Amino acid sequence: MIRLERRPTPSRLWAAATPILAVVLTMIAGGILFAILGKDPLEAIRTIFWDPLFNEQFASYSRPQLLVKAGPLILIAIGLSLGFRAGVWNIGAEGQYIIGAICGAAVGLAFYPMEARWMIFPLMVIAGGLGGLLWAMIPAILRTRFNTNEILVSLLLVYVAEQLLASMALGALRNPEGGGFPGSRNLQQYPSAANVELISGTGMHWGVAAAFIAVIVAYVLLTRHTLGFQARLLGQSPRAARFAGVSPNRLVLICMAISGGLAGLAGLFEVTGPAGQISIDFNSGYGFTAIIVAFLGRLHPIGILLAGLLMALTYIGGELAQFMLGLPSAAIQLFQGMLLFFLLAVDVLSNFRIRIGRREVA
Amino acid sequence: MDFSAINPTVLIASLMVASTPILLAALGELIVEKAGVLNLGVEGMMITGAVCGFAVAVESGSPWLGFLAAMAGGAVLALLFGVLTQLLLSNQVATGLALTLFGLGLSALIGQGYIGIKPPPVGDVNFGPLADIPVLGRILFRHDIIVYFSLAMVAGTWWWLKSTRAGLILRAVGESHEAAHALGYNVIGIRLAAIAFGGAMAGLGGAYLSLIRVPQWTEGMTAGAGWIALAIVVFASWRAGRVLLGAYLFGGVTVLQLNLQAAGLAVPVEYLSMSPYLITILVLVIMSSDRRKALGAPASLGRVFHASS
Amino acid sequence: MRKLNFFVGLVLAAGLAGAATAQDTVKAGFIYVGPIGDGGWTYEHDQGRLAVEEAFGDKVETIYQESVPEGADAERALTQMALSGADIIFTTSFGYMDPTINVAAKFPNVVFEHATGYKRAANVSTYSARFYEGRAIQGLIAGHMTKTNKIGYIASFPIPEVIRGINAAYIHAKKVNPDVEFSIIWAYTWFDPAKEADAATALIEQGADVILQHTDSTAPQAAAEKAGGVITFGQASDMGEYAPLPRVSSIIDNWAPYYIDRVQAVMDGTWESKDTWDGIAPGMVKIGEITDAVPAEVKADALALRDAIAAGDYHPFTGPLNKQDGSAWLAEGETADDGTLAGMNFYVEGLTAQIPN
Repeated sequence: MIRLERRPTPSRLWAAATPILAVVLTMIAGGILFAILGKDPLEAIRTIFWDPLFNEQFASYSRPQLLVKAGPLILIAIGLSLGFRAGVWNIGAEGQYIIGAICGAAVGLAFYPMEARWMIFPLMVIAGGLGGLLWAMIPAILRTRFNTNEILVSLLLVYVAEQLLASMALGALRNPEGGGFPGSRNLQQYPSAANVELISGTGMHWGVAAAFIAVIVAYVLLTRHTLGFQARLLGQSPRAARFAGVSPNRLVLICMAISGGLAGLAGLFEVTGPAGQISIDFNSGYGFTAIIVAFLGRLHPIGILLAGLLMALTYIGGELAQFMLGLPSAAIQLFQGMLLFFLLAVDVLSNFRIRIGRREVA
Repeated sequence: MDFSAINPTVLIASLMVASTPILLAALGELIVEKAGVLNLGVEGMMITGAVCGFAVAVESGSPWLGFLAAMAGGAVLALLFGVLTQLLLSNQVATGLALTLFGLGLSALIGQGYIGIKPPPVGDVNFGPLADIPVLGRILFRHDIIVYFSLAMVAGTWWWLKSTRAGLILRAVGESHEAAHALGYNVIGIRLAAIAFGGAMAGLGGAYLSLIRVPQWTEGMTAGAGWIALAIVVFASWRAGRVLLGAYLFGGVTVLQLNLQAAGLAVPVEYLSMSPYLITILVLVIMSSDRRKALGAPASLGRVFHASS
Repeated sequence: MRKLNFFVGLVLAAGLAGAATAQDTVKAGFIYVGPIGDGGWTYEHDQGRLAVEEAFGDKVETIYQESVPEGADAERALTQMALSGADIIFTTSFGYMDPTINVAAKFPNVVFEHATGYKRAANVSTYSARFYEGRAIQGLIAGHMTKTNKIGYIASFPIPEVIRGINAAYIHAKKVNPDVEFSIIWAYTWFDPAKEADAATALIEQGADVILQHTDSTAPQAAAEKAGGVITFGQASDMGEYAPLPRVSSIIDNWAPYYIDRVQAVMDGTWESKDTWDGIAPGMVKIGEITDAVPAEVKADALALRDAIAAGDYHPFTGPLNKQDGSAWLAEGETADDGTLAGMNFYVEGLTAQIPN
């Protein structure tokens, strides 16, 4: 009989080895999938994992794009991870991301066409972060005041935010010179509001920079600051936390504020940079993918950084595989799903020991 | 503007049809959550059911085989989630989200050869003269069999949870898996069964879309119905009867909105589309702020169970 | 060889702006907004791609990427495609407009074709179809066929393209049947089969016996078939599986001739930036077979209208026409100019509904 035995502390060795194991398993399973679809499995795997980094034709462009794609994922996931450690389940980051983008863009567009970058862009950043933060305060306050489940409220608010987004793209924020089509002005073409590359050709824009700063701050917070300790304590043992003087309500509000604010910032940096404008389907699931990234990264800042980059790699590699090998996008989606399953599945090895045989009588 | 054009009888009859897919999926998720498991992959299971049902119905010529295949497809996908979360103890939220991604991809691949095809038709149940009773005939006696099945499942689920021993055990597992384990119940086995049931119901809901309500296969055709099913379970405060109410309310708002437009009323579509979610949040707040009454959420919902100690 | 091409391209771009030299083989890329399995908009663009492959055989290589979200991902997809050596790239959704212009500026030796937009550059053309010509024919058939004088219209988003279609259909329905009324439902989606089915049902229940749709799924067709006594028209693709009833005709997006033409131009080195807005005459808009469910004289009428539009003898927006508020728009015999049509944001006189927002 096979059974699992909890390790006293998570194994460091396995924690490092499991992601590699998962990627290998995914390559095998994915290879079989691609072979069934009539493609050369080795070539497909190489295109997804190797070409974005080292292909002569693409790599100089794709490598920086990894940062562009990973930036918002990491930024949001870092915010979520603190709450997840404390057992505060904000799964509505997608909504906070949207609201952040709307608020930030609205501030920027209100000033159009005034030129004052020193003032307008910072104001937009503040508005974006604040927008996400306030949107996250709804589930937070409902939880602390009325004990309402924050998983559900934050999720429901995503749909509300999506409807608001459609309404904004078609109504209040619609580009008056856009020929009646939905969508706002392009903020990239408005110098005072554009989130430009900081160093040309590197993909480093303000959002990516913010993501890196968030990783560092989160690392310090987690290891050196009492807030990180309190969050872990509350997550592991709410009772002990109360004895230690942790106010659960205060912590819920702080966790939700941080995650909402960072999600809002991510939305703002995306709408002013890579996306450029508010449009009906501006949100492309970053808020949900970030939840997965947070867990893949084991809720640890460095882990999240790596997980975000890995996700970005499969996105970009998947795109290359689509048009170079003619793989349908559905196959890529399936492949990503498999990767996530394997990553989640092998995690068991770092927390548990596999024992074969009957349990000894103690 | 001509409100007389809106016939309440017809409105009710069509909202029943519109709500059936989300009702089926929500009932399945209700059982899953009652067992203490939060599976956010409803959308993925629904769309997998939609394509499995469609493909089998087209190949075999029998919609009934299609419905069975849809339930099987949904259940298999759900068990994948079950194995990961129950045996390998992965995080339920992340696994559920991954399941949706996986299901959307898988269904699109399976469905590649089935675009632009008409599935075998499913007729309405023939109640003879009953169908001609004014008002009631239209509401009650002119639907396809799945609509009646979904209503029967509401009653069945309610009765099963409330009055059977098995239902009691399921609820015990969801309330406190440690206690249930200590009493000698197989927590993991029960949860896996519940998860498979949830998958089968979601799959059936998906097939209702692809075989009756739409009926055609196109990628991504569930268009978010699975997420609505999740919201309905919450709205219903984990009670079967209220799941029915919630599903019909959601379906009703959509159908009413379209009918108002057809009658020439300028409706603020976005704001009306938001309203069910806002109402659900409001209901949640009211329920949870009343501390005398239990919220109804299973106490172990979403928590990992490991019987090591 | 690639390097050489690159330099030639640069030099030419500086001088001739966008025109390429003649070449033996062409690599054509396509960016799709939906999955090719959507059975509608993207499906028809992909049919165009397949037609290109068929027409040129070994001399062309086509690549595509489906379900590319508009915005950041589109710009990356376009850049990667250009880097992979594509000579011509078709971007098949309005939302790709700014990304197309941005990427085109970086790749002067690659030519771009953007569907339904209005921004052009030396190496960016735009193309779109005059679907309203097809709508006029639908309107005529609908006006003849309705017995309840109530026509239901499932619209997607309140944008000029859709409003234009509603106006064209209404004008021609009204012409043959002065009592006709339009009920319009805005679905706020291009594609949500379940919602489209509900919308069709709502319209039918309120007395409409003709359903026109500007959304891409066959759900309204199935709803009409179930209700009985209702006719519909295929949208984007032929939807022939619902012929002869309820589907009595269709508007088919036929991109193949244009795509073949443009790839040929790249091959010959004659490509240049232009704005194309083609209708029935060059075959970009095709009218699907009118079934026998339509009486012979109505069918003859419809075909005559089609031929008149194709021959350029008749413009679907010909005065006298007033705007909805009663103000004059087109005088007797005057035809609408393309600029007004492209930005159309008003209903014509007689329509009773309001455009949202």
